[in-house]
Amino acid sequence: MTANGADAVLELEELRVAFGHEEVVRGVSLTIAPGECVAIVGESGSGKSVTARSLLGMAGEGARVEAERLRIAGRDLRGAGEREWRRVRGRQAGLVLQDALVALDPLRPVGREIGDALRIHDRMPRGARRTRTLEVLADVGMPDPAAAVNRRSGELSGGLRQRALLASALVLDPPLLIADEPTTALDATVQARVLELLAEISGRGTAVLLISHDLAVVARLADRVLVMREGRVVEQGTVDEVLGAPSEPYTRALIAAVPAEVPRGALLSSEGSPVIAHPERVPIAPRAVSRGESADVPLLAFDGVVKTFPNRGGGRFTAVEEVSLAVHAGETVGLVGESGSGKTTLARLALALTTPDRGVVTLEGEPWSELGERERRPRRRRIGAIYQDALSSFDPRWNVGRILADAAGGQAANDAGARHPSRANTARRVAELLDQVGLAGGVAVREPLTLSGGQRQRVAIARALAAAPEILVCDEPVSALDVTIQAQILDLLDELQRERGLAMLFISHDLGVVRHMADRVAVMQAGRIVETGPAERVFAAPGHPYTARLVADAPRLAR
Amino acid sequence: MTGRSAGTGVPAPRRGAPGRAARHLALLLGGAVFVLWAVATLTFFAIRLIPGDPAQAILGGPGSQASQEALDQVRRDYGLDQPLVVQYLAMLGRLVTGDLGTSYSLKVPVAELLGAQIGGTLLLAMCSLATAWVLALGLSLWSTGRGRVASALGQGIELVAAALPHFWLAAVLIAVFSTGLGWFPPVATGTPAGFVLPVTTLAIPLAGFLAQVMRESLLDAMRQPFVVSARARGESALGIRFRHTIRHAALPGISLSGWALGWLLSGAVVVETIFAMPGLGRTLLQAVTLRDIPVVTGVVLLVALVYVVMTVLTDLVARVADPRLAQEGAR
Repeated sequence: MTANGADAVLELEELRVAFGHEEVVRGVSLTIAPGECVAIVGESGSGKSVTARSLLGMAGEGARVEAERLRIAGRDLRGAGEREWRRVRGRQAGLVLQDALVALDPLRPVGREIGDALRIHDRMPRGARRTRTLEVLADVGMPDPAAAVNRRSGELSGGLRQRALLASALVLDPPLLIADEPTTALDATVQARVLELLAEISGRGTAVLLISHDLAVVARLADRVLVMREGRVVEQGTVDEVLGAPSEPYTRALIAAVPAEVPRGALLSSEGSPVIAHPERVPIAPRAVSRGESADVPLLAFDGVVKTFPNRGGGRFTAVEEVSLAVHAGETVGLVGESGSGKTTLARLALALTTPDRGVVTLEGEPWSELGERERRPRRRRIGAIYQDALSSFDPRWNVGRILADAAGGQAANDAGARHPSRANTARRVAELLDQVGLAGGVAVREPLTLSGGQRQRVAIARALAAAPEILVCDEPVSALDVTIQAQILDLLDELQRERGLAMLFISHDLGVVRHMADRVAVMQAGRIVETGPAERVFAAPGHPYTARLVADAPRLAR
Repeated sequence: MTGRSAGTGVPAPRRGAPGRAARHLALLLGGAVFVLWAVATLTFFAIRLIPGDPAQAILGGPGSQASQEALDQVRRDYGLDQPLVVQYLAMLGRLVTGDLGTSYSLKVPVAELLGAQIGGTLLLAMCSLATAWVLALGLSLWSTGRGRVASALGQGIELVAAALPHFWLAAVLIAVFSTGLGWFPPVATGTPAGFVLPVTTLAIPLAGFLAQVMRESLLDAMRQPFVVSARARGESALGIRFRHTIRHAALPGISLSGWALGWLLSGAVVVETIFAMPGLGRTLLQAVTLRDIPVVTGVVLLVALVYVVMTVLTDLVARVADPRLAQEGAR
């Protein structure tokens, strides 16, 4: 590491960052040579982003940053003041954040955002700024730079605005590019293009520091990997070494948690699912899953469903076009497709939160979408829902116990044969539900805001189960979670399904997750289902060119 | 996201941006006419609830001891002997032609009377609005991103300022800057110096309100990732404020300015009286005291009109400042 220290772009030794008494980065060392891409992986809170920000003197308010060595392009930056850091930022090192929609000022045209670094560092006149802006936009593969400069981030598609954000970091051609989760907000296909672009930038001689929670992205782009946990680097080496033959248990757990290519039903989380920890528990509301006799009557069925929305031009936008799909008892149907393909609209139709323009949705073979809300309400308990952002689906002033009691209300009363549930019955039911999703009983008195992302999603699952539904609609249920937490939640869903014969409509943009979870898969493109079939067959031998493209673009881990 | 129009059926004609703008404008104008009609109607009926005889007012008030013949004559001349509905329709008819009637007490056309007064009041309100904006922006910029003490101090100042009543503030300002220090005259003299205290009286409470709103959105903007991006390209703290966050902070202030002007016009009634300034506020006060119905109606309608115009203006300015609004409105 010291051998190439002389011409390295970034030299960092023993970086320590503390906020008050809490040390969040505890001795990180790192060297990046020109043209090299080094990745830091780790879960939220591992200190990877703070490490990255410290390299720009932006660790945060009240941060105490110490390092034995901190050099960018040969310049010693230990103890640098704000003025000196400002000369480094943009000029020596560029930063790219996750989502350009908010990482570029939504009120300003992207051309001005890109040109800002030229104005700040070189006091370049307007005309020259424009020339250079167009040049760098062409470099990052923007289709029509002259038109793009006048657009604001909200007017560009996800992939194009991420390119604009890259351009704003690269406009001064800094030797170091720090990319903090640069493709996390993007669809697989767009992500693949942006990763190609980053590889190209690195190929031109820029040193790239990639921060990511996604091992598949890292595998695709990085030369070397550092695995961070609780502020320390627990393992490092080349991508092949670390991902191919990990020596640390933590790294192995991270890799094992990636669901892609792990067979259906196999456990992902290494500690074992919390549900497994209670094998003697008697299931609540046991239901005979009469697979044999009712297998031909699907629990949930779409028949020729069309849903349109008015669009800007005064016409109609077709979100769902002639969709026919059935979900049977005990079965998981995965729904994949890019953002805007109509997945979520289909979920809303399943939950009867919106009604189809044409076609019908049936629940247990009976009319569902055609009912009035008054007739529908008593049957709503038969279909549960889990969303990506659990927190915003809770009333922020309610604690977990109240959230679950509210959802369990009717069911607890039914059990007791009463019209209203007694307090004791409700409390018992809440405790059962928490136990079922692997949460301690003490969680009942906590506010959702004080829970971790994984705990919140468990509460959301408990709430969905509270009314003992027969089918769950899961819309991106693990997309906001770290990979190891994601693994635990997926294992939990799997276990609950096996135990109660739940049917699931499982929506995700992540092909790996769907492949692991689904028995059958439906692929959605522009409102239509272009392909359905057994999950293994669809992913192994796609029958539609769109599916083939999705599968090819999905980043995966070579195991 | 690519737009897909419905595959079946005749595609609806695409309305371009000018068409959308025209529809929006038509909606605004329709709304404005409705508001003016509603205000005229409410004022017409509400004013009948004031005790007293309009004919008496026309002849110089209850103390004039006018003869029964004179009162009858006046009632006939002014149409006061007609049923209420007829009077109401007659008033609407006059309003449509732009005739606000003649003042009972001053015997001059109301339009002429108001025309002479509106300028001073609008100038007062506009100066106060501008001053409030400067104070609010200054205070919220100063008190954010500067630690807890500045933040707490800023919030305290805002809260107190927003709660100050005009009459009390005017009295204190006169006591300190006029009676005490002798910097400014205690009554409006028609000179710029005479304008300072009235403007300050109106501006301070409004600045408190605006600063509260602006601080909130300024703090919100400063937490956004684009601020991190801007810093990471070398932008200074000052540059971030003036090139990025201040614009985000100003947005709710702009939307509030329409409401603020209406609020200032009502404040002008108090302030013009205290500082003995000619203007709409004082005219209104006198008209109410003298039961001068046409003048009261005229002032109320005029204020409503100013309110409507200002709301439309702030709406347009907000669209320029935040282009996302124009797009959302079109969806």
